[in-house]
Amino acid sequence: MCLGIPGQIVEITDINHKLAIVNVGGVKRQVNISCIVDEQHPPEACIGDWVLVHVGFAMNRLNEQEAAETLNLLEEIAANI
Amino acid sequence: MKYVDEFREPEKAEGLRREITKLSQQLEKPIKIMEVCGGHTHSIFKYGIEEILPNNIELIHGPGCPVCVMPKGRLDDAIAICQNHNVIFTTFGDAMRVPGSKTSLLQAKAQGADIRMVYSPLDSLQIAKDNPDKEIVFFALGFETTAPSTAFTILQAAAENISNFSMFCNHVLVIPALQALLDNPDLQLDGFVGPGHVSMVIGTDPYQFIAQQYHKPIVVSGFEPLDILQSIWMLLQQLLENRCEVENQYNRIVQPAGNQIALAAINQVFTAREKFEWRGLGDIPYSGLQIRSEYAQFDAEQKFTIPNRKVADHKACQCGEILKGVMKPWQCKVFGTACTPETPIGTCMVSSEGACAAYYKYGRLSTLAKKTMPEKPKLELSQEPLPSCSTSLV
Repeated sequence: MCLGIPGQIVEITDINHKLAIVNVGGVKRQVNISCIVDEQHPPEACIGDWVLVHVGFAMNRLNEQEAAETLNLLEEIAANI
Repeated sequence: MKYVDEFREPEKAEGLRREITKLSQQLEKPIKIMEVCGGHTHSIFKYGIEEILPNNIELIHGPGCPVCVMPKGRLDDAIAICQNHNVIFTTFGDAMRVPGSKTSLLQAKAQGADIRMVYSPLDSLQIAKDNPDKEIVFFALGFETTAPSTAFTILQAAAENISNFSMFCNHVLVIPALQALLDNPDLQLDGFVGPGHVSMVIGTDPYQFIAQQYHKPIVVSGFEPLDILQSIWMLLQQLLENRCEVENQYNRIVQPAGNQIALAAINQVFTAREKFEWRGLGDIPYSGLQIRSEYAQFDAEQKFTIPNRKVADHKACQCGEILKGVMKPWQCKVFGTACTPETPIGTCMVSSEGACAAYYKYGRLSTLAKKTMPEKPKLELSQEPLPSCSTSLV
């Protein structure tokens, strides 16, 4: 129920209804982006964003820098073996 | 970065496994860690994480699957709604096979009720637009992860003035459930793996009471195998350093204050119920959401007459004890015999995120039983009859 899938927003299809197309592992589907847009980050700025998709909604944006830092830490741990 | 495969790399997993093993050797006593979220339970079994952990680290599977904690009475209420001849009842697939007191939604569908599985609450709204002569009722359930999507759907229905759409709201909140667990003297836990996607909405700040008042560490975790292993490693570090803090392993998506847009939508549409019944945990104050009176036209509980009865669980089912983490699924006397995913008696066997279904599907029972059974001598040595389930388990 609480599972989410990462995907990348590739197109805004309906600004009024805040609908976008997200690419999830090569499969494109429509999602609602209400949870990730505001005045600082309007719909048109969402193209290219990586988001967590859950029940047809983009719930949050993924932070690439944080992800990279986590992976670097794990890389260091693995290298210490 | 695709945010999936990178967090499944075997070399990094092996590095973490060795670090966890090394730290576990410094533990003075065996520890129990509860993963709150059913999504974590599913991942832990899917990737065999429990199997590779040292023997002195036990994972307890908590009450974080909304299907598993759904009481029978609410299922009966849902079925009562869908049996109105003019209703199209829509639901996520997870809820279809959950047994009510007499039947499930799937059986009700077979008997003629118009019940449709949807992927999103917005699909349900579209069905309402396509069927103006019908009443469409969406079975809204889930934790704070799902609540924003249902809130936005109601806001859209209100904006478009759609009058034949409503929700049967069963959203639940994770913080009151954790509080109830922590107040339960039966439960002996050393730390929590916190729910990643709930935290994506509520943030990490609401967990501070766990560290400050109950002196338990909690690490909010992602769902890939490296996420979960790293979270266990972080918990071990806290325990060995006598720290009790809220830490965030899933910082690629979880911020301390959560998602303010999603929270605002939840608060606009929903308010907390004075109490809500949880399977296994009984009534918990302010643990469920209901639709605010401003949006009463979208509240199925206002539109339809529902039985609103409390129904006892099957006597043989011990989902209550399993959801509280005081029993392992295989210790339930009907596990794998009378209760299977094909013929579930309890909700923990219905949902793929339920602990019983995960044990049943992914097996490895002989390995896991060897790891944990010696710590439960009463059950292993005497084979005493197990306690029966009751309506009030708190």
